[in-house]
Formats: sequence, C-alpha cells, structure tokens
Amino acid sequence: MATTSPVEVEPEITPDEITLTSKPWVTIVWNDPVNLMSYVTYVFRTYFGYDEKKAEKLMLEVHHDGKSAVSDGTREEMERDVQAMHEYGLWATLEKQS
Amino acid sequence: MSGFTRHRRSGRIIATFSGFEADLLRSLASQLVELLRNEAAVPHEHADPLEAMLSFEGPTTEPEDPVLARLFPTAYPDNQEAAAEFRRFTEGSLRDAKASGAASIIDGLEDAGLPPELGEEKVVIDIELDEDGAMVWLKTFTDLRLALATRLEVEQDDEEFWTLLPDDDPRSQAHDIYEWIGALQETLVDSLR
Repeated sequence: MATTSPVEVEPEITPDEITLTSKPWVTIVWNDPVNLMSYVTYVFRTYFGYDEKKAEKLMLEVHHDGKSAVSDGTREEMERDVQAMHEYGLWATLEKQS
Repeated sequence: MSGFTRHRRSGRIIATFSGFEADLLRSLASQLVELLRNEAAVPHEHADPLEAMLSFEGPTTEPEDPVLARLFPTAYPDNQEAAAEFRRFTEGSLRDAKASGAASIIDGLEDAGLPPELGEEKVVIDIELDEDGAMVWLKTFTDLRLALATRLEVEQDDEEFWTLLPDDDPRSQAHDIYEWIGALQETLVDSLR
C-alpha cells in the first residue's frame, strides 16, 4: 500500500543527485607524512562520533593503505565532511562510491 | 618539555611554557596568520560575470604557495569544475577559521604574560584551556606542522635523513621545531582522551 502526495522537484537537481538514495558518495582521507596517528584517530572519534575501535581501524587503513573511505552519504553531506577534514588539517577528497 | 596534562580537579587542560618556547609558538603562529591573510583567497570579486566564471577554473584556483595548497587541498581531484566550485564556497571560511585559531593562540600566550618583546628576565607562561580551547590549539599545531613539513619537504619514513643532517644545517633546527610541536600535540591529544 502506498499513498502519494504532491511533490515538487527542484529543477536544478541533476539526475546524478536524484539517484543518490543509497549513499553513493564517500569521503576519502589520504595518508600524509605529518599528521600523528593519535590525532587522526581523535579527529575520527570527535567529528564522526565513531568509537575508539572504528576510529583506529580507519586511521590504520589510511596509514597502511594510503587512504580510507571514512564516511558515506549524499554529495552535500560529503562536501561538509571534506570541509571539516580540511579544517582539521587532514587531506580529504570526495568521490562517487565505486 | 612536559607538554599538556589534564588538571585532575578542575578538568582543565594545562601546560607551562618557558618564555623562549612561548615566543617561538607566537612567532610561528603569526607567520601562519600572515601567510593565510597575505596571498589573496580566490575568488576575487569580478565585475564581469564571464571573467568571474573563468577565474574559478584552471590551475590558478589552487593556491600557488605549496603550504596553502596543502592546507586547502583539492576536494575533487578528477573534476576541475566541481573542485573550483567547492573551493569557491569553502576556502574563504577555512582560511578565516585557521587564521583566527592561530590568532587566538597568540592572544592566549600574551594573556598568560608573554611580553611583546622577550627580554632578559625569566618568564613562565601558564596556559589553561577548556576542551574547545584545546581543540583550537590542536588544529593550529596541525597547521603549523603541515606548514613546516611542506617547507622542509618532510616525507614518510625519512627519520634517518633528519637524524644524519648536520646540526649546522638550517633545516635541522626547523625540523627540531617541527618535532617539538608534534610532541606537544601528542600530549594535548593524550590529555583530551
């Protein structure tokens, strides 16, 4: 069973963004030789609210694999996360989930 | 260097610096503020809308100074247009946030008794921070380390290079300062956990 209600589609939304219901964007944090492991873990805990275990796992991924996808969501949400990571001095980019 | 600790009773985060250390932090923080405010943040206001559009594209959008390029990385490495757009909306406020963070460290040191010019007399600077204040110091330490590392061209696992560098090499002293701020930052993270 379903009901419908009048919906307005924002004209400037691109088809790309409409199909984004399944969190298709990710924030990638890249390894750099400067940031301390403890600091990176602390940032993941503080900003994303991850527990110590998850934050440390992501930090180690960044350290060993050179990068890690640390969050996913809409493109807009990921832009916010990337901006926040830059504020913390982490090297972050966003991309469409592959 | 003892660095930061959390005061058991008040829960505040405290550190004591010598006049020399405090003066060094102030000098680095002011250089960072100057760098952030000097090279104009893109974009400029353009009267001509076409010119404005063009100015968001191309390699000039990334700051030319390598330190600034590292502080404000390109968010979309494979999409120049989206990267320019992101930069247009974020770089200004990121610059402001980083500059005001560094400025508040300078204020904190001076409020704690660091004189405008460090003289012969012995000065001890006691810093006391709440968690928000500590976060500001943490971020500024990161920016300072990124700036120093970019200038020094620090790379992953290059400790041996720096150990073997003769003491009279000017990079050696700068690297010591870089390491010192790292050690300070480590104690600050520890005290926040």
